[in-house]
Amino acid sequence: MKLTLRVWRQSGPEDSGRLVEYPVEDVSPDMSFLELLDLLNERLIETGDEPVAFDHDCREGICGSCGVVINGRAHGPERTTTCQLHLRSFRDGDVLDVEPWRARGFPVVKDLVVDRSAFDRIIQAGGYVTVPTGSAPEAHATPVPKPDADLAFDNATCIGCGACVAACPNGSAMLFTSAKVTHLNALPQGGPERAQRVLDMVDTMDAEDFGGCTNTGECVASCPKGIPLASINTLNREFRKAARTRR
Amino acid sequence: MPDYTTGAPIADRKAPDGPIEDRWDTRRFGAKLVNPANRRRHRIIVVGTGLAGASAGATLAEQGYHVVQFCFQDSPRRAHSVAAQGGINAAKNYRNDGDSVYRLFYDTVKGGDFRSRESNVYRLAQVSTQIIDQAVAQGVPFAREYGGLLDTRSFGGVQVQRTFYARGQTGQQLLLGAYQALSRQIDAGGVEMHARTEMLDLVVAGGRARGIVARDLVTGEVRTHLADAVVLATGGYGNVFFLSTNAKGSNATAIWRAHKRGAYFANPCFTQIHPTCIPRSGEHQSKLTLMSESLRNDGRIWVPKQPRDERRPSEIPESERDYYLERRYPSFGNLVPRDIASRAAKNVCDAGYGVGPGGLGVYLDFADAIERLGRPAVEAKYGNLFEMYERITAENPYEVPMRIYPAIHYTMGGLWVDYDLQTTVPGLFAIGEANFSDHGANRLGASALMQGLADGYFVLPATLNDYLAGGGFEPLDTADAAVRSVETEVRERLERLLSVDGTRSVDSFHRELGHLLWEHCGMSRTAEGLHKALERIPELRAEFWRDVRVPGSGTELNQELEKAGRVADFFELAELLLLDALVRDESCGGHFREEHQSDGGEALRDDEHFSHVAAWEYGEQPVLHRETLTFDHVHPTQRSYT
Repeated sequence: MKLTLRVWRQSGPEDSGRLVEYPVEDVSPDMSFLELLDLLNERLIETGDEPVAFDHDCREGICGSCGVVINGRAHGPERTTTCQLHLRSFRDGDVLDVEPWRARGFPVVKDLVVDRSAFDRIIQAGGYVTVPTGSAPEAHATPVPKPDADLAFDNATCIGCGACVAACPNGSAMLFTSAKVTHLNALPQGGPERAQRVLDMVDTMDAEDFGGCTNTGECVASCPKGIPLASINTLNREFRKAARTRR
Repeated sequence: MPDYTTGAPIADRKAPDGPIEDRWDTRRFGAKLVNPANRRRHRIIVVGTGLAGASAGATLAEQGYHVVQFCFQDSPRRAHSVAAQGGINAAKNYRNDGDSVYRLFYDTVKGGDFRSRESNVYRLAQVSTQIIDQAVAQGVPFAREYGGLLDTRSFGGVQVQRTFYARGQTGQQLLLGAYQALSRQIDAGGVEMHARTEMLDLVVAGGRARGIVARDLVTGEVRTHLADAVVLATGGYGNVFFLSTNAKGSNATAIWRAHKRGAYFANPCFTQIHPTCIPRSGEHQSKLTLMSESLRNDGRIWVPKQPRDERRPSEIPESERDYYLERRYPSFGNLVPRDIASRAAKNVCDAGYGVGPGGLGVYLDFADAIERLGRPAVEAKYGNLFEMYERITAENPYEVPMRIYPAIHYTMGGLWVDYDLQTTVPGLFAIGEANFSDHGANRLGASALMQGLADGYFVLPATLNDYLAGGGFEPLDTADAAVRSVETEVRERLERLLSVDGTRSVDSFHRELGHLLWEHCGMSRTAEGLHKALERIPELRAEFWRDVRVPGSGTELNQELEKAGRVADFFELAELLLLDALVRDESCGGHFREEHQSDGGEALRDDEHFSHVAAWEYGEQPVLHRETLTFDHVHPTQRSYT
């Protein structure tokens, strides 16, 4: 099949950037979207052009490195990561606009690469259980009801790709933050720090230039791991409770 | 035979004598300690943030050391441990099914085909139980039973259920646990984290590892970072094969550079081929995706009894299917170790029974399991894996059997380390997949996560104290000549890569190298094939340095430049890998030399000549140092899984 890519090219944070058109012929529907970019880059290198910079690593949908906006949708038309999106999802002759995540919290580094270190700082603010190595009790000392363990797991599957922020009209990081709060606060191990955790993580999220949440739900629609909107409710509930007792 | 020389034998002098159960306690008691007040004066560099690196960085910082940590990814949470699926072994014996520390030790030594060290493996089995405790306390959401207790499942090469798991995302969950512990220390100031920064060389001064030269991948700045000790947790070298289950960025530059600065490289030819990966779909393929070994708990592997059978799997009646693993290995069935399952798949495909494009695939069929357990139960256990399979192949594995084929997955070889996990360069430590120590010639499933975390949380933090307490750290400055020269070499090398300005992309060379290795040094190896590859590699390497094109400059984000440096190192490592495979004139575990097999096609070890670790020293000609392996507890036998 043949596709026309209009790719965002931006040499660095200071550059204003622009869409550049590249027709790509002879592609197989079994290729992944990133393999399409590989092919484009291979051809650009052969003709003496600069290849397109894009983040990627595991290419099996779990590391969270990759992610571009395709025709206005984070990770493209399917609910998966860009690396797991295959060209069979498109039609021969399609024109695709390929852009980086666009959000104030994620400044562009180059082409399709953005800086998501703000996510790391949100986790550093409280997305952990304080348990120095060696101090853990026997694993079976505290049974965890299966529904709680399942809820924790469902939220812990967040890969930190940032699609939620890119999809949100406000550029909010609520879904990401709420997934970690819900994961840890659902478990007895996360109990002792539950109030401080949510307060500190929300403070950091606000300080990092992410927008506010207005419950539009675009984040959930683009999340490749299916983190539910209910997690944002959980965060709000945890936050209110914590703010009453700790502030 | 290419030129190499044989040097003096090498031995591990750190493992104490005495009963094997007491050795780790003895060593820990014998290891010197560093006063808590003095710890913050020691800077420790940790390279890599996978299970081993993140757990080590967090633990060392908790102890009070000043940790300076690096990863090439944009966040420490993305290291490739994240992709491990199936589970982590631990000798908890929660199932009351006869498991014990001794049995885990026994299974691991046997599974490794008697090419690992007993002392190390015993320690690994001992600390395995603490890892589960630690992870649970961190909030790792392992699978649980309705009573609230932890669930376990079986993995290849064992007959007990000792594998703890978090659906098909165990690696992700354990890594996030370690990443969160690391994040806590970053916030507390104990860890200085450098993401998107890649180690390009090791600084050795006064005979000791004292730092690294690293490149900031965003600005291109090349800078020297000094410390009192350097820990490499940079993973394996499976990407030397181009197509593997590793992440695209996984590379061997850190360990290879360390090797060139004096660290011996052990058993490079011990590479693991995983039996259950999704077959490649075409030339465009950029990587291979694993389907967890846990699927072999419930999936049955088969091929048609007729060669080149073109019928759809559903049209092939039961009587015309060959469940070849169940037939040949009745007591372990589909759960034989990886090397055996991979070879069996290759053999049936070579004989013309393979299915799918090019006949390079076998079926992994869940029809029986779905009938027995019901679809919801299968979905609960393997849902994400089935989804991933469907996403990639556009086939629904609930209805059509999966097609699988072996692929490069893990490397048992790595930097030689002693019982303290210290390499032959004093002050340089290697942990996790980057070292060679615990898996012998074949790693059992769910043991990589165990080893990475054992090294990072429990072993290294205890042994590193001993080294640091020895003191004698001369003050060192980045302006010192010995330090400056390393940085200069790194800059010159980058310049050289940028200035070739040839016609071929880095990837095209990498593909060619990978193809050559897979062809001649993959699932089975012959002296003839190895010689052929050894002749071709220097030519290909010369071509690379003559004709590679690396666009752009060194002072910006330049992903082609990153790849070029890694592939240049893969070329050198590939040569050592081939040499080691040639010199090891026996079959064992993942290293299968066709010249050495039984009538039934099983690997034939030669314990008389090869019961040793091959530790290679870098030089004009590689120098082989042998470490003899002795087995006082698990007596080497022909492995039998029938």
